[in-house]
Amino acid sequence: MELTATTTIRKPAPQVYAFWRDLENLPTFMAHLEQVRTTGERTSHWTADAPFGKDVGWDAEILEEVPGEKIAWRSTGNADVPNAGTVRFVPAPDGVSTEVHVVLVYDIPGGTIGKAVAKYFGEEPHQQLDDDLRRLKQVLETGEVVRSDGAPWGKRARKEFPQRPAQPLSDAELAKGADA
Amino acid sequence: MKANTWAGRNKVEVRDVPDPKILNNRDAIVRITSTAICGSDLHLVDGYVPTMQDGDVLGHEFMGEVTEVGSGVDQARLRVGDRVVVPFPIACGACAACAAELYSCCENTNPNAGIAEKMFGHPVAGIFGYSHLTGGFAGGQAQYARVPFADVGPLKIESDLTDEQVLFLSDILPTGYMGAEMCDIQPTDVVAVWGAGPVGQFAMDSARVLGAAKVIAIDKEPYRLQMAEQAGHTPVNFDEVDVRSRLLELTGGRGPDKCIDAVGMEATHGSAHIAAYDRVKQAVRSETDRPHALRQAIMSCRSGGVVSVIGVYGGLLDKFPAGAWMNRSLTLRTGQCHVQRYMKPLLERIERGEIDPTRIITHTLPLNEAEHGFEMFKNKQDNCEKVVLKP
Repeated sequence: MELTATTTIRKPAPQVYAFWRDLENLPTFMAHLEQVRTTGERTSHWTADAPFGKDVGWDAEILEEVPGEKIAWRSTGNADVPNAGTVRFVPAPDGVSTEVHVVLVYDIPGGTIGKAVAKYFGEEPHQQLDDDLRRLKQVLETGEVVRSDGAPWGKRARKEFPQRPAQPLSDAELAKGADA
Repeated sequence: MKANTWAGRNKVEVRDVPDPKILNNRDAIVRITSTAICGSDLHLVDGYVPTMQDGDVLGHEFMGEVTEVGSGVDQARLRVGDRVVVPFPIACGACAACAAELYSCCENTNPNAGIAEKMFGHPVAGIFGYSHLTGGFAGGQAQYARVPFADVGPLKIESDLTDEQVLFLSDILPTGYMGAEMCDIQPTDVVAVWGAGPVGQFAMDSARVLGAAKVIAIDKEPYRLQMAEQAGHTPVNFDEVDVRSRLLELTGGRGPDKCIDAVGMEATHGSAHIAAYDRVKQAVRSETDRPHALRQAIMSCRSGGVVSVIGVYGGLLDKFPAGAWMNRSLTLRTGQCHVQRYMKPLLERIERGEIDPTRIITHTLPLNEAEHGFEMFKNKQDNCEKVVLKP
């Protein structure tokens, strides 16, 4: 499965590139990621969030990096869901912003994990990546993922539809947080 | 706290809900001193805006005192104790739309942008108390509200103007003003405004402030037309006269130079069969909007004129007079109001006495009586024009 998405962020390309190149930032906006841990200059270990399939982790390596312009990576070893990605950073015509163009490729296997992944992406798999990039834009332009009362848990927003009502959260809901 | 909530189609209910808390660093909590019922709240209550949920706190016109600010709020711009009017669109101040002062199209403040995008092609900003399509933010018909990006939108009131004088800077005064501004008004212009509700009244006042030669008010409620007439505008009652003929008469056959639709998706109509046609289509959801005022504005406007739309439309409409629009060189301009753009200049106009926003207030009720307020406003009982609620 190949997913593509693009957004424009009102920040210069070197800044957007630097944020993405620190791979540990990816889980702040990519819904399916629980954690990315850097293990070497070009290597890292990625852990998926529960909806993607419990306890799914894989190693990844950066294949190509052109500062300010492009990063390409792929999973290595026996990843449960072999995957690869490329992101390009292109200066926008306004002279201020950066176009972010992403391509993700998943080699979805059969079996339980394959089913969990397929279920996670649902009928509109690209919507997930579109939402990821919207959050990347929020983080870079405003500092954090925007929360509403109806969608209080940031990157879980789409999974929560129909949402909780647009009324303030109780202390109990706040204490339980995103795990509620 | 107490809050007025959506409880299903045609039903609002004041309920006890939790007090709001800071969720994002740049949030503030505002203790609300005055709030209002807007005509667009009726679209929600009448069930014509999708993605409402039982328990949603309503209200997008409110003001009050800042009681708490998040750690990321720029203290030079907003502090605890400040008295503020809160604009209805939530804007981040950092995206390309905000940089272009298109605040109601902010690219970052709608957590449900993916849904809005499906409906509108591109997403729109978050709005307080205005469905999950615009973010699922709790509204301001309540004792307290959480205000995101509190150092971007809210306008500090540092003079001793009353709540009633400044409350409508949150929405309807800027909305009416933008409707007139989009008309690019010239001193020779006759401006016709469809709808003499609160937004229409402010569009009329704004057209006059911007120098129009004559302003015409079109409605069917005698008390609303009388209110417009008292403010110096020329009333036309579409229940009593044929609007197009009357407008031709008032303009020497030219038609109004500029036309403002301050009605939107739930227009009523003097002609029963056309009204019935739209009502049926809307009821079976094959047309989401009843666009009668817009059609009439387009047909009435002089060739080369401007039709400015500030009445709310939600989706699709039928029988749009594209031929008149195209062949007669009409310009159609519209937008949810970019409130933040207008708050300061309009506050100055209020301070100078050029606009008196209080003239439209007919009812002031405690928040507890919100349901009664909605009923009066919706059914135009007791000459209701604008309801202010006191939490």
